[in-house]
Amino acid sequence: MSAPPPSFFARLGLAFAAFFRALGDADYAASLRDLRLPAPEPEPEPDTLREAPEEAALQLLAALQRKGRFLDFLEEDVSAFSDAEIGAAARVVHEGAKRAIDEIFEVAPIRSEEEGAEILLEADYDAQAVRVVGDVRGDPPFRGSLSHAGWRVLETHLPKLAEGHDARVIAPAEVEL
Amino acid sequence: MSSPGYAIGLDLGTTHCALSSVDLDLSEGEDVAQSMFRVPQSVAPGEVEARPLLPSFAYIPHERELPPGSLALPWTANPALLVGGLARDLGAKTPGRLVSSVKSWLCHPKVDRRAPILPVDASEDVACISPLEASAAYLKHLRQAWDAAHPEATLAEQELVITVPASFDPAARELTAQAALQAGLAGATLLEEPQAALYAFLARTPDFRTQLSPGDLILVVDVGGGTTDLSLIAVLEEEGQLALRRVAVGEHILLGGDNMDLALAHALGVELSAQGKTLDSWQLRALAHGCRAGKEALLSGAHEGDYPLAIPSRGRKLIGGSVRVTLRRELLDRVILEGFFPDVELHSHPQSRGRGALTELGLPYARDPAITRHLAAFLSRQLDATAELPGFESARGTFLHPTALLFNGGVFKAPRLMQRLTRMLDSWLEADGAPPLRVLEGADLDHAVARGAAYYGYVKRGGGVRIRGGTAQAYYVGVEESAPAIPGVEPPVRALCVAPFGLEEGMTADAPPQELGLVVGESVRFRFFGSSVRRDDVSGSLLERWTEEELSELGAIEATLPAEGAAPGDVVPVRLSARVTELGVLELSAIPEHGEQRFTIELDVRSD
Repeated sequence: MSAPPPSFFARLGLAFAAFFRALGDADYAASLRDLRLPAPEPEPEPDTLREAPEEAALQLLAALQRKGRFLDFLEEDVSAFSDAEIGAAARVVHEGAKRAIDEIFEVAPIRSEEEGAEILLEADYDAQAVRVVGDVRGDPPFRGSLSHAGWRVLETHLPKLAEGHDARVIAPAEVEL
Repeated sequence: MSSPGYAIGLDLGTTHCALSSVDLDLSEGEDVAQSMFRVPQSVAPGEVEARPLLPSFAYIPHERELPPGSLALPWTANPALLVGGLARDLGAKTPGRLVSSVKSWLCHPKVDRRAPILPVDASEDVACISPLEASAAYLKHLRQAWDAAHPEATLAEQELVITVPASFDPAARELTAQAALQAGLAGATLLEEPQAALYAFLARTPDFRTQLSPGDLILVVDVGGGTTDLSLIAVLEEEGQLALRRVAVGEHILLGGDNMDLALAHALGVELSAQGKTLDSWQLRALAHGCRAGKEALLSGAHEGDYPLAIPSRGRKLIGGSVRVTLRRELLDRVILEGFFPDVELHSHPQSRGRGALTELGLPYARDPAITRHLAAFLSRQLDATAELPGFESARGTFLHPTALLFNGGVFKAPRLMQRLTRMLDSWLEADGAPPLRVLEGADLDHAVARGAAYYGYVKRGGGVRIRGGTAQAYYVGVEESAPAIPGVEPPVRALCVAPFGLEEGMTADAPPQELGLVVGESVRFRFFGSSVRRDDVSGSLLERWTEEELSELGAIEATLPAEGAAPGDVVPVRLSARVTELGVLELSAIPEHGEQRFTIELDVRSD
């Protein structure tokens, strides 16, 4: 709660006091001068968002393309083909992309229970690893049924890159000699 | 040399290499701290990844093929040779620069294994390498990878075990030891792969003593990517302790899972070309890859009915360009089950055994792809293998009766193949009035050999059950009879035994009393034979005649006596002495009658 603004006479007194103090006290004068500057820009909010590294994303895309022809598949116009033809290509993508993912990531379900099982979430459950949905109210422990067991990457083995390697080349053009 | 901190098992396979380590400081008794080492390797130009297996392929790139520096590895900016996953992948589209099946070439006595003969169909500007150099390159890659990760405990200083097929002849073992030496890994012990598989079983089965008892005879069937290896290991009791002895190994069968996948791919390729679709070699490989997945799915019961496959196009048009093909169960049964694992009678033997002119051009693949027939022949031939072992009844019936069965090798990721083999063996046993087999629980078919080898390195230092056995053959040199020469008729050859069956590591055989005349200053070649059934011959036994079943001819051997102290052309009488080194390599030497020196006899000589 700030005090009410000073009256006229109070302001007159202050002005004189400030006048004489500014003459004699350089620091005080400096602070008076600073008062006259426009207010500084408000401090930006502390930065809570990180840049995701671009190269890792490119590497993953390259691996999916190399093993599973991922970009080829997505960049093709599927409307011109029958389901059977798309299905054949999807086998290539599924088999290869799975191999690429298996080589880079070690993945395990977050919950070991069968889907549909009754689950008890203790008060200190990890809200990042387990999301509660539906009739969410009250305080934990929560009781509910597991609708998706979740996935967690246990280990990542991204290839290391050689100096000067251009990761943006997802698949080189190929020329048969 | 500081005392080793690890026991290391190196599986130098036809299609993959693997490295497993046992931390000796953290292991105590049967509590073994073991892990698989992930091997960094180029997986794409400019990308290096650590993977559990190192594909046994080398690629010799054109100087402008890849961007400079794109083959850099954690330990070198410019490797001498590209080895591993990227080598295999590049070679699929450029086969003239790809070195593959090195292990099969290493045991091929018809070629000079120190000569630059690989890649087989090399493009003209490719600097070829020898099978020996290529093997050394794989081992060197493993050494450098390990050393980069463990600078304080370099690989050369550890207890090293390298695995070889049990059916490798002495020359191929010697070459493997030399490859290790070239890779900077002196002092590596050689271990037979089926034994390594059994060690892996012992390591992961803490209560193996309740599963095995004296009188058991374990048949190890090891079908890898490129070779099929059979061994029999007897369980004995020695001084109240369980003891294991390897009593027999099968002959060298150049036949494995890759042949099966390729056979399937070819069968499907023929069907496709009948429909007017031709596949190039890269697509054929993609098809073989798909066939392997299909084979495993169909033979594991995971998939009912037929297995659909798709061969990707080379260009960008994946959906329009992919070729659809179905791996039908009927085709699988015909090619794999009836081709490689046919139901056979015990007395049916592999067809067209022996050497033919065709085998000299490429690798001497098994003439008869039927693994079951090879198995039947092996068990029949080894009828007497346990005759002299305490606790084993003398042979009854028509073949040697195993009591337990251990499978190894990637082929058995298809469980129906295990069941089929087990059923067939059981039917033979039943016909002979013997009880059915117990199947020993196997696991981790890709890594068992490397794991078992590392475990062997551990028990070798610390005690524990070891498999003994020594050489699985008796060895003979061909001695020409001094008979009057008849034009057009080869002089008769007798076989002089120089090393008896079961010569163990570190043992020297008595030199046979017979003396041979060697011409000083000249290389003299001898024919060299091995027998996996003549267990009673001793050094000096001289065979006048033998059947093809008894003795098989190995590559030639060569002795050279330096001319020092004698006039060139002089004939010096020598005796031949054999020993098996501590590392498991057979050494033959010539000892002149007068003098102390021994002259090493070369085992890996190309036989013309």
